[in-house]
Amino acid sequence: MNDLLASMVFPVAVFGGMSLVFGVLLAYAAKVFEVKTDPKITEVRAALPGTNCGACGFAGCDGMAVSIASGRSKPDACPVGGEATAKAVAEVMGVVMTNTVSYVARVACGGLTSCTTQKYAYEGMKSCTAAAALHNGPKSCPFGCLGFGDCVSACPFGAITIIDGVAKIVEANCKSCERCVAACPKKLISMVPRGKNYLVNCRSTQKGPVVKKNCDVGCIGCGKCVKVCPATAITLANNLAKIDPLLCTNCGECIKVCPTNAIVDVTAPVVLWKRATTV
Amino acid sequence: MNTYFLIIMSAILVDNFVLSKFLGICPFLGVSKKLETAAGMGGAVIFVMTLASLATAVLYQFVLVPLGMEYLQTLGFILVIAALVQFVEIVLKKMVPPLYQALGIYLPLITTNCAVLGAALLAVSNEYDVLKSTVYGFAAGVGFTLALVLFSGVREKIEMADVPDALKGIPAALIAAALVSMSFFGFQGLFA
Repeated sequence: MNDLLASMVFPVAVFGGMSLVFGVLLAYAAKVFEVKTDPKITEVRAALPGTNCGACGFAGCDGMAVSIASGRSKPDACPVGGEATAKAVAEVMGVVMTNTVSYVARVACGGLTSCTTQKYAYEGMKSCTAAAALHNGPKSCPFGCLGFGDCVSACPFGAITIIDGVAKIVEANCKSCERCVAACPKKLISMVPRGKNYLVNCRSTQKGPVVKKNCDVGCIGCGKCVKVCPATAITLANNLAKIDPLLCTNCGECIKVCPTNAIVDVTAPVVLWKRATTV
Repeated sequence: MNTYFLIIMSAILVDNFVLSKFLGICPFLGVSKKLETAAGMGGAVIFVMTLASLATAVLYQFVLVPLGMEYLQTLGFILVIAALVQFVEIVLKKMVPPLYQALGIYLPLITTNCAVLGAALLAVSNEYDVLKSTVYGFAAGVGFTLALVLFSGVREKIEMADVPDALKGIPAALIAAALVSMSFFGFQGLFA
């Protein structure tokens, strides 16, 4: 009985003692080797969402907090937290936040596979960047979305889908981190203020007849929308209409006159159709 | 000298921790998406494994064996490794900030890594002395890094490939891991 007790008590005592020594050593080391950190970092870190998504470009919220606290990034630099986070962080930093506009990514191309033709059969890597390097990609329009989804894999929030060969942003999921803007080799994605429904769904600067040959829904630069817009928000440059989102009043007059359906209501579902003429 | 050469080569190639002993699979799959992070993790593992093997060998030879408590080695090793990694982290943060930045988040991640504990336990079952254990730990870390870096290269290529929907992500990575592992089985019998 005594032996049993000793064989249990002894190891427990040894290990308990060892743990105690390690604990004291660690506590002592933590004191001796203490690194002073800015208390602001901790406060900013607490105000951030803490999802460590990496949308800000830092590895996690800790990196973002250090950057904000040291003044290298603005208080609203977290794209995910939105206005509430920006306000909380601004309070910690002691600055007043003017109202921030929420942005959303938009893809400016309507050239679905069914509306365009293929220049050649592409069998390379499933990547827009790779395909774009080969004669601007297989799609008939050199400006068109290639649909291999470089933006889809860049998006940390799953806010982009490919519908019939063209990327489409699910605006409810978009956190405006701008990763897709950088990922698109065709520079088709841009950030616009939320709540503006009308979009010139084309980036082609080619002349009208060429656009028409390449794609059923391209902007041919006819200028009808420019004339009809009551807010004079639309301008025409390089055979391409452009809506200024700051002036646009969401009236929808432009969409009615566009002969090629190049101006679209982004809230409406994508229309799939067959190409009318074969080239 | 010959013995050390054998220990190093067999820990790296023949008995590779990841690909032959299947230890440390979680970081192998978790941080092998990019070559850069794989190299960072590998560096941290080499560092911790060498230190941990040294510390556990000392603990085993000079504390556990004299007290006749070899049966508690697993418990003791975990305790020592965890305390050691914490201690190293605190010291590095103060003394060598660049290295602390480089090892970053990987250091605490390795605290309870099975490969680190495995190196310590296998050194005991191979009856290595303190120096041999340390060398063994270092070589095992190098082997781990080699596997991780090789595999991250493979995974970067898989990202570009057209993988069937059902196999995207982890399934494709596991198949690739199996193939890499099989190729390492070619080293079996290298020193036989």
